[in-house]
Amino acid sequence: MAVCIAVIAKENYPLYIRSVPTQNELKFHYTVHTSLDVVEEKISAVGKAMADQRELYLGLLYPTEDYKVYGYVTNSKMFRKLHNSFTDVMCNPFYNPGDTIQSKAFDGMVSAMMVQAS
Amino acid sequence: MMSPTQWDLPPELCCRPMAFVALTGLDVTYNAIHRAIWDAFCANRRADRVPISFKVLPGDHEYPKCRTKRTSYEWYIPKGILKTGWMNKHLNLVPALVVLFYELDWDDPVWKEKQSECATKVEIVRTSLQGRNTKVAVVLIQKKTPLPPGEDLVASERAASLCNACDLSGKSLFVLPHTDHLVGYIIRLENAFYEHAQTYYYTEIRRVKSHKEFLNKTTHQLLFVRHQFKIAFFSELKQDTQNALKYYRTAYSLVHELRTHETNMLEIKTMAGFTNYKICRLCFQHNTPLDAIAQFRKHIDLCKKKIGSAELAFEHTAWMSKQFQSFGDLFDEAIKLGLTAIQTQNPGFYYQQAAYYAQERKQQAAHMCAHEPVGSYPTPDPLETLSGALDFYGQRAWRQGHQSIDPPDAEKEKVGIQALQVKEKDVPHSELIIALLSNAVAQFKKYKCPRMKSHLMVQMGEEYYHAKDYTKALKLLDYVMCDYRTERWWSLLTSILGTALRCSYLMAHVKDYITYSMELIGRASTLWEDQKSRIEKNLIKVLMNEVPEAEPDCDPASAKAAQALWSDRVSLAGSNRFTIEVQDYVPFVQCKARFLSPSFHLDDPVQLHLYLKADCPHPVRFSKLCVSLSNQEYNQFCVVEESCKSQDILEPLSQENMCLVPGKTRKYSFKFVAKTEDVGKKIEITAVDLMLGTDNGRCVLLNWRGGGGDAASSHEAIQAARSFRSRGRVPEQHAQWDTVSIQASTMIISRVPKISVQLSHKPPALSNEMYCICVSIQSNEKTVAKDVKLTAGLKPGQDANLTQSTQVTLNGLEVCDESHPALLPDIAIGDLQPGEKVEKSLYVCCVTTGPRIFLFHVAYTMTTQAEGTDITCKCHKDETVTIETVVPFDVAMKFVSTKFEHLERVYVDVPFLLMTDILSASPWPLHLVSSQLLLAPTMVALDEPQSQVEHVVLQTGECASECFSLQCPPVLNGTSSVASGQYLISWKRKSSCADAPVVTTVVTLSHVMVETIPLYVHAELPSFGRVRESLPVRYHIQNRTGLVQDVEMSVEPSDAFMFSGLKQVRLRILPGAEHEMLYNFYPLMAGYQNLPLLNISLLRFPTVSGQLLRRFLPSRIFVKPQGRQAEDASIAAA
Repeated sequence: MAVCIAVIAKENYPLYIRSVPTQNELKFHYTVHTSLDVVEEKISAVGKAMADQRELYLGLLYPTEDYKVYGYVTNSKMFRKLHNSFTDVMCNPFYNPGDTIQSKAFDGMVSAMMVQAS
Repeated sequence: MMSPTQWDLPPELCCRPMAFVALTGLDVTYNAIHRAIWDAFCANRRADRVPISFKVLPGDHEYPKCRTKRTSYEWYIPKGILKTGWMNKHLNLVPALVVLFYELDWDDPVWKEKQSECATKVEIVRTSLQGRNTKVAVVLIQKKTPLPPGEDLVASERAASLCNACDLSGKSLFVLPHTDHLVGYIIRLENAFYEHAQTYYYTEIRRVKSHKEFLNKTTHQLLFVRHQFKIAFFSELKQDTQNALKYYRTAYSLVHELRTHETNMLEIKTMAGFTNYKICRLCFQHNTPLDAIAQFRKHIDLCKKKIGSAELAFEHTAWMSKQFQSFGDLFDEAIKLGLTAIQTQNPGFYYQQAAYYAQERKQQAAHMCAHEPVGSYPTPDPLETLSGALDFYGQRAWRQGHQSIDPPDAEKEKVGIQALQVKEKDVPHSELIIALLSNAVAQFKKYKCPRMKSHLMVQMGEEYYHAKDYTKALKLLDYVMCDYRTERWWSLLTSILGTALRCSYLMAHVKDYITYSMELIGRASTLWEDQKSRIEKNLIKVLMNEVPEAEPDCDPASAKAAQALWSDRVSLAGSNRFTIEVQDYVPFVQCKARFLSPSFHLDDPVQLHLYLKADCPHPVRFSKLCVSLSNQEYNQFCVVEESCKSQDILEPLSQENMCLVPGKTRKYSFKFVAKTEDVGKKIEITAVDLMLGTDNGRCVLLNWRGGGGDAASSHEAIQAARSFRSRGRVPEQHAQWDTVSIQASTMIISRVPKISVQLSHKPPALSNEMYCICVSIQSNEKTVAKDVKLTAGLKPGQDANLTQSTQVTLNGLEVCDESHPALLPDIAIGDLQPGEKVEKSLYVCCVTTGPRIFLFHVAYTMTTQAEGTDITCKCHKDETVTIETVVPFDVAMKFVSTKFEHLERVYVDVPFLLMTDILSASPWPLHLVSSQLLLAPTMVALDEPQSQVEHVVLQTGECASECFSLQCPPVLNGTSSVASGQYLISWKRKSSCADAPVVTTVVTLSHVMVETIPLYVHAELPSFGRVRESLPVRYHIQNRTGLVQDVEMSVEPSDAFMFSGLKQVRLRILPGAEHEMLYNFYPLMAGYQNLPLLNISLLRFPTVSGQLLRRFLPSRIFVKPQGRQAEDASIAAA
C-alpha cells in the first residue's frame, strides 16, 4: 500500500499530493520533489531516443532507505485505477487543466490506495 | 580536519596491506652508500614495483615476542574476536623477511673473520625472531662488479662456505655491487624478497588454518571469525585478493552467526563493519561495484536492527552513519579510479543516508543526554584502561574480555553508560551533519539531481539554524528558495520561509524579516489562517517600529537575546526605510498595471489603470502608490498619496481608498496628456511602488519592476486564460483579478487627420506618356490647417529599377527626361481654411511597363485642445495607389515583294515593299499624330516616303498599316544581313488636351538578308488585256555579273493566249548589258489568265532556276471580255 500519492503537472508542480497523516507530510513532499530529478532525466532520455514510443512506465525512480518511489507504473492495478480517476478529473468540464485537483471522487480513490491510518 | 573519533575505521584496516620486509645492517645516517641503497628501495616507488613496505631496523631490533604455541584449545575461552593490535602487528611490526646487509667482497683479506661476524649477526636476528616463521636473507654489499656466474671459482666456493656458516640456503644469499646500475640491482633484489615474503604469508595462512581442527563450535565461535579474518588478511598481504575476498565473506557470515546479547552487540557490529568494509573495498578493486553495493545493502539490512543498549542508541546511529559514510568514500574513491556512477546510484545517496543517521544520532543524543539526569563525568573514569587502549575491537573498557551471557556488574555498567552519555554531549553533531550533507551535495551536483541538491541544502540550512549560525543558514536557504518558488512547490517553500523567518527574527534583520513575512502571509504560503494572522500582526508591529513577537519553536534563550536586539533596532534612527523588490517573490499584495489601449492618439489623454489586491488575512492601509514611467515627466500624474496615522495602520477602515481589503481588487485610474515630442515613441511603466507604514515609524516600499506581477503571476495568468471562467461575462466594475492582464507599455501616435485626399486618373498609364493624376485635398478640420505640404510620387522602398524608370513633374507640357525625380517632396500648398479644397495635377512618365505604387502624403499642423490644454498636433494623411503601365500599341513589320508575296530575303537592286502594322493595345483611343521612316544607309526608298497614318485615331484593338517601296543597293560578298532603319510613331491620347506633348515612340526595324542575283528579269506589260486584242509584253533581261552570260529562253504554249515572238532562243548577254525581248500576246479567254510561262536557264549558273527568276515576273493578267461598244472604240484606237 502506498504512503504518499502525488500527481505532478508537466511543469513539475504538484496537482495533487496526499500522504498518510501519521507521518511527517513535509518529508514526503521533499521525497516526491527530489524524485522528479529522476523523472526528468528519464523523460529527456526517452525524448531523445524515440518521441512517439513514450513509455509510461518509469519504474522504480529512487531508492530511499525506508520507501520506494515509483513513477507511473502500469503493472499493478493501483496505477491503472489512479490513471482512470485522473482521466475522470480531466474530463470534468469545470476543471481547468493545470489547476490543483480538488475532487471528492479522486480523494476517495487515493484514500483507498493508501495505507490505512490506524 | 576533525580529530578521529571512536567511530572512524582504524587506518590499518583502510590501508592496502603490503608485505612487510625489514632491512638491517644499513647505516642510512652516516654511510652514503647505505643511504643510496635505502633510497633506491623506498624513494619514488612507482605502481609497477612489487607491493612491499620496507623499514630499516637495527640489527639487534627486538621483534614482538611470539606467544608460546597453544597445544590444546580444550580449556581455552577466547576473550574477544580480534585484538586491536593484530593488524598493525602484521603490517608494521612482524616482518615477513629480515634482510641483513653486510659489506663483504669475495677477495676480502680477512674473509674468515668477516664471515664469522656475518654469521653472528644472522644469529642475533634469528634469536630475536624466535618462534616466528620469518625468513632471513643476507645481502653482501660489494665494491667490485661480479664476474659472470660460474667464472669466479673463489666466489662460488666462499658463497657456499658463508651459507654454511650462517645456516642459509643459497637462495637467501644475494650480492649487491654498488655500481652505476644500483636501481636495476635493487629491483631484482626486491623481486626476490617479494617471493620470500609470499612464501612466509603462505605458511602463516597454513598455520592459522591448522588451528581449525582443534576448535569446537560451542566455546570457540569467536575464534572461527578471528581465524577467517586473519587468513583473509594474510591473503591480502600475499596480494591474493580473490582468496582474501572469499575468506572475508566467510568471516562476515560467521560474525552474524555469533550469539548476540546486549553486551557483545557493539563488538559484533564493529567486526561486521570491518569485514564489510574489506569486502566492499575488494569488490570495488575487482571492478564489481554491484557486488559491493549488494554486500553493503545486506550488511545494512542485517545490522539495522541491532541497536544494542537502549541508553546508548546514539552509538548505533553513529555507527550506521559511519557505515554509510565509509561506503560513500569507497564508492567515490572507485569513481576517481575510473568507475562510472549513475544518477540513481552514486555516492551521494550514501552520504545523504549517513547525514540522516547523524541527524538521528543528534536527536537521540539530545533526548538521552539532556532529559535524563546525566550529571557530571564519573570518577574514576570507567573508560580508562591500563594500556590506554582496548584489547579487543568493539569492547567496553569497563568489562574487557567479558564474554559470558551473565549480566555484568550493574553498577559499573551504569557508570560506564553515564560516561559515554556525557561524552556524547560534547560531540559537534551539527558539524558532522553539515560535513556529510555537503559531501552529498557535491555528489548530487555531479549526477544531475538539482532537486536533491536543493533538498540537501535546505537540510544544511536547517542544521546551521540549529547550530545557531543564522547567517550561514539564511545564505543557504535564500539560495534554494527561488528554485522551489519557480517550481511552485508551495508547501516546501512555506516550510523554508518559516525557517528563514525564524533566522531573521533571531538576528533581528528587519529587511529580511519583512521580506519573509510578506511572502508567508501571501497566497503562495500554505500556512493556516491563524498563523498568517499572527505573522501579519508582527509585520504591522515592525511597520510601527515596535518589537515583534517571537516566532514559535524558537529556542527560548535565543528568543530572549533576539528581543534585546530588536529593541536596539527600534532605538536606532535613520535606517527606517526599506525598499523591497517583490518581483521575484510572491508578496501578499499583488499588483497589475495596464494602459487601457496599446496606443493613444496625441489628442486623447493616456489612461492607465492600476489594480491592487491583498492576500493577507487582515486589511492593510498603505500611504502612497506611485507609478514610474519611462518619461519621468508623467510620473507626477500617477501618484496616490494620503499620509496616515498609526491608528490607520492598526485599524484600517475598509471603505477607505488607501485600504486594501483581503480578496478584493482595488482599481486606481490615472490620466495624462502626452507630450508632442513623444509622438511615435513608446511609454513604458518602469516600476510601481507601494509604500507601507509611515515616515515616523518604519517605511517599507514594495517595488515592482515594469507593470507589476510576481513570481507566481505569469502561471496564474496562463491558467486564467485557459479557464472556462474567463469566458463568462463579468460586470465591468467587479473586474475579476484573474481577467486583468498587464499592459506595461503604450505607443503615442499622431492625431487622426481630418483631411481628405482624393485622386482622379485614368489607368492604366501608357508607357512614355505623361500620365496625369489629379490630387484634390479638402480640409475637414474645424481650425486652419497650417503649412500643408504634399509629397507625391513613386512610393519609396520599391524595386530600385522603378526609381530609374519613373519620372514625376508638375509641368504637363513637356515630356520628362531622366533629370526628373521619381518623388517630389514637400510641395507647398499653404494653409487650408476649414472646408477649403485644393487640386494639384501630377504628371508621371513611366518608361517601363508593370505595376508601381504611388504615394500621396499630405502633412500639416494644427492646434487643438485636450483635457483643457492647447496642443499643437502634426497630422498627416497618406494615400497610395497602384498604377499599371502598359504599352500603347504593338508594331509589326514585314518585307514583301512587289507581288505582295512574303520575302525571306531581298535582292540587290530589286524593288520590294516594307509593310508596318500599328495595333492599338490601349484601352483608351489613341491619336496617331504622324509616322516617319528613318532608313538605314543600306536601304533606299524608291519614292519620297510619306506617312499614310497621319491623324488616324485608333480604338482599342484597331490596326493602322503603312506600306513603303524600297530597294537595296549592291552589297559586298553577294549576301549579307543589313539594318533596315527605324520607324518613328508620334502619338498621344485622344482624350488629352490640345497642348499635351506628343509622345514619339521609336521602333527599330529588323535586319534583313540581302542577296545579289546574277540575272534579273522584269516585264513591261499593260495593266490588263482584252480578248482578241494584241497585248505587247516586253521582257528585260539584265546580266548583273561581270561575265558574259549564255541564256536559254523559251516560252511555253498556253491555251489562253496566242503569241508572236521567239519561242525558243539562245542569247549571249554582255556583262552589265540588258537584253530586251518583245512578245505580242493575243488573249483568247476573259478573266484572270496565267501568262505563258517564260523559262530561262543560265548555263553558267545552274543554281539560279527559272522558278526564282519567275518570281520577278507577273504570273497572270486580267483579260477583259470583248465588249460591243468597246469594239468600236478599239477600232478607233487602232
